Amino acid sequence: MAAVAQLQRQFIEYTTSLHNEGYLDDQFTQLQKLQDESNPDFVVEVVSLYFEDSEKLLNNLATALQQKIVDYKQVDSHVHQFKGSSSSIGAQRVATVCVHFRNFCEEKNLEGCVRCLQQLKQEYILVRSKLEALFRLEQQIVQAGGQIPMME
Amino acid sequence: MDTMNVCCNQITPSNSKELHVLAVDDSNIDRKVIERLLKISSFKVTVVDSGSRALQYLGLEQESNSTHFDDLKVNLIITDYSMPGMTGFELLKKIKNSSTLKQIPVVIMSSENILTRIDRCLEEGAEDYLLKPVKLSDVTRLKDSILKTETTGIDQLQSCRIKRKRNDDWLPQPAPKFARL
Repeated sequence: MAAVAQLQRQFIEYTTSLHNEGYLDDQFTQLQKLQDESNPDFVVEVVSLYFEDSEKLLNNLATALQQKIVDYKQVDSHVHQFKGSSSSIGAQRVATVCVHFRNFCEEKNLEGCVRCLQQLKQEYILVRSKLEALFRLEQQIVQAGGQIPMME
Repeated sequence: MDTMNVCCNQITPSNSKELHVLAVDDSNIDRKVIERLLKISSFKVTVVDSGSRALQYLGLEQESNSTHFDDLKVNLIITDYSMPGMTGFELLKKIKNSSTLKQIPVVIMSSENILTRIDRCLEEGAEDYLLKPVKLSDVTRLKDSILKTETTGIDQLQSCRIKRKRNDDWLPQPAPKFARL
């Protein structure tokens, strides 16, 4: 079916560009490999948990940085968690911002931390929208009766 | 008890018991991923979110209850290092200091590639130290290692494998002093 083939091509192109632009790394591919007929929604489930978690963490970070006396240990702990979960799903750009953020925490550099939080929000929103687009493509392929291409 | 039919990397499900892994991680995302990795590798999996829950499960807090322990029969514990409350390292120490639990291999998972941390864990008796995010190949390798020690009965601590990033300098290791069994 031409429609399925076109959707599959789109999917491959989109996934490839996400990897090339560094939004996703190999860990995302690893997660896709863990998905099969017995667990067809595994990636979506993990990523949904990630979205929920991330939004909580971003709120916690904003609150922590607004305190009169900032507890940098607490801030670092949130960032560490965010870095971990981002690495676990392959959200490479988000994880990279976390690394810089942790450095500013160590230096107790408030301005640096605030800037990083902004960057973190931006990168998170970007990767979230791209993953949502990817999942929509997958749904379209499945609904058109096709198979989602295995990457790599 | 050892009628497991193992040849190299294969295990025939029909005449072998599934190995039971207790996975410990405070991150819900990581718990989901490690559970899937382990299940795909044909482990039976129990997942908990803290060191204290792990100890509860292992019956440490009810040491007198030996029949309770037999039902659980955990063959491997895999735990995150950085957890609030009890760290993975503290959990490792408690397990290795327990007469009933010390023979269970413990693997540490961590996102941090810190050599002193790795050394400390191995010295405390960890079977292996895996860098997060953990891959399927790590779990497969682990399974082979655990299977070998289960069937041949060799002191598993003699076959400790260290996972490090390949571009790290290799530091000379002190001779392992793993006479714990």
